[in-house]
Amino acid sequence: MYLQIIEQIRERVAVGDWRRGAEIPSIRQLAVALRVSVITIKRAYFELEREGVIVTHHGKPSRVADVPNVEKIRDDDLDQHLERALHIGALLGLTPDELAARLGRIRLKKEDKA
Amino acid sequence: MNGSAVSLAGVGKDYKHFTLDDISFELPQGSIMGFIGANGAGKSTTIRIVMGLIHQDRGAVRVLDNPMPAGQVAAKREIGYVSDDMRLYASETIAWHMSFIASIFPSWDADYARELVRRFDLTPEQRIKGLSHGQRVKAALLLVLARRPRLLVLDEPTTGLDPIARQEVLGALIEVLADERRTVLFSSQNTMDVEQISDRITFIDRGRIVASDDKENYLDRWRRVRLELPEGAVLTQIPGMLDVRGSGRLNVATIPDFGETTLPLLQATGATVLAIEPMTLEEIFLSTVKNRREGLLV
Repeated sequence: MYLQIIEQIRERVAVGDWRRGAEIPSIRQLAVALRVSVITIKRAYFELEREGVIVTHHGKPSRVADVPNVEKIRDDDLDQHLERALHIGALLGLTPDELAARLGRIRLKKEDKA
Repeated sequence: MNGSAVSLAGVGKDYKHFTLDDISFELPQGSIMGFIGANGAGKSTTIRIVMGLIHQDRGAVRVLDNPMPAGQVAAKREIGYVSDDMRLYASETIAWHMSFIASIFPSWDADYARELVRRFDLTPEQRIKGLSHGQRVKAALLLVLARRPRLLVLDEPTTGLDPIARQEVLGALIEVLADERRTVLFSSQNTMDVEQISDRITFIDRGRIVASDDKENYLDRWRRVRLELPEGAVLTQIPGMLDVRGSGRLNVATIPDFGETTLPLLQATGATVLAIEPMTLEEIFLSTVKNRREGLLV
């Protein structure tokens, strides 16, 4: 469950809903607002701090980091998806080149629709 | 205050056909504990011991720093308790009950009570006998919530509620925790309710605690692993692996303590790991109970 919360918060920071350096809700406030347990939010904040998205200080309000590391996180996220694609591709007997061609076809299809 | 709102150590109670034994857990102040168990597992007995309504045969119980049952008068002033066997006066209205409770408990918060009436969609002028089950539960809960007790003890507050009423009740419980000095202990048969709002979760089965831990620890550690074996091979057991199912080359194993060393151990058996999947609290509960009953999990 905390993974969903982390994803939501990353999004908010990425789109600027939660601005750089701005104060963010306390763990308890956010738990009440999202109707999830305190420990879930605690866990999410802990991970987000480790990723450099937010900064927490004991006894002081938590804040969005001055330079939130959102791009690096997106980068890692993309790598994970690509690794997964490679893995499935290998199971299907596809070479990386064939996979790349397939990605191209998917993009064209999407552009056609748009 | 030692940091624990409720603490049980080695608590037991013997009945002719049921024994509650070796019940120990700590509930830190400011958190919510969900108590999960099947019918007859011992949830209500444990809750009644916490409340001093039943006296344990052995073991120590402390509630808000009072030894129970000896200190129950002092403890109960600060506990709000709701269970199915608590009856409201059928011929009186919700409003009558509200002023009755307000006259007994100086901590009664009339503004909060009015807000709960609105949020729970109740009509104060309505008599108890005309209420549905869900309205009755919400009325009983309102009467304890508006006292703002330091500890809420709720025996299956969501059983029999429709989805809307359930979310109203769960929302009100979470809100209690906005104040970090307040604590909630509740039992449920519904693992989804418990998964949503609990900080700590205790599984109880056949009169014993089978697990008690932080919620995220359960969800973090339990994994289901899909494996592919080489032709003709049989999956080798690795430490902690449970419930291996499957036929032929595809197998599914449940691992209660998945860690960094698990993956290399699995790969060393010659199996290819196809997927590592998280499990829901319901699956974790069922697997814990099943394996404890079969003596595979200690």
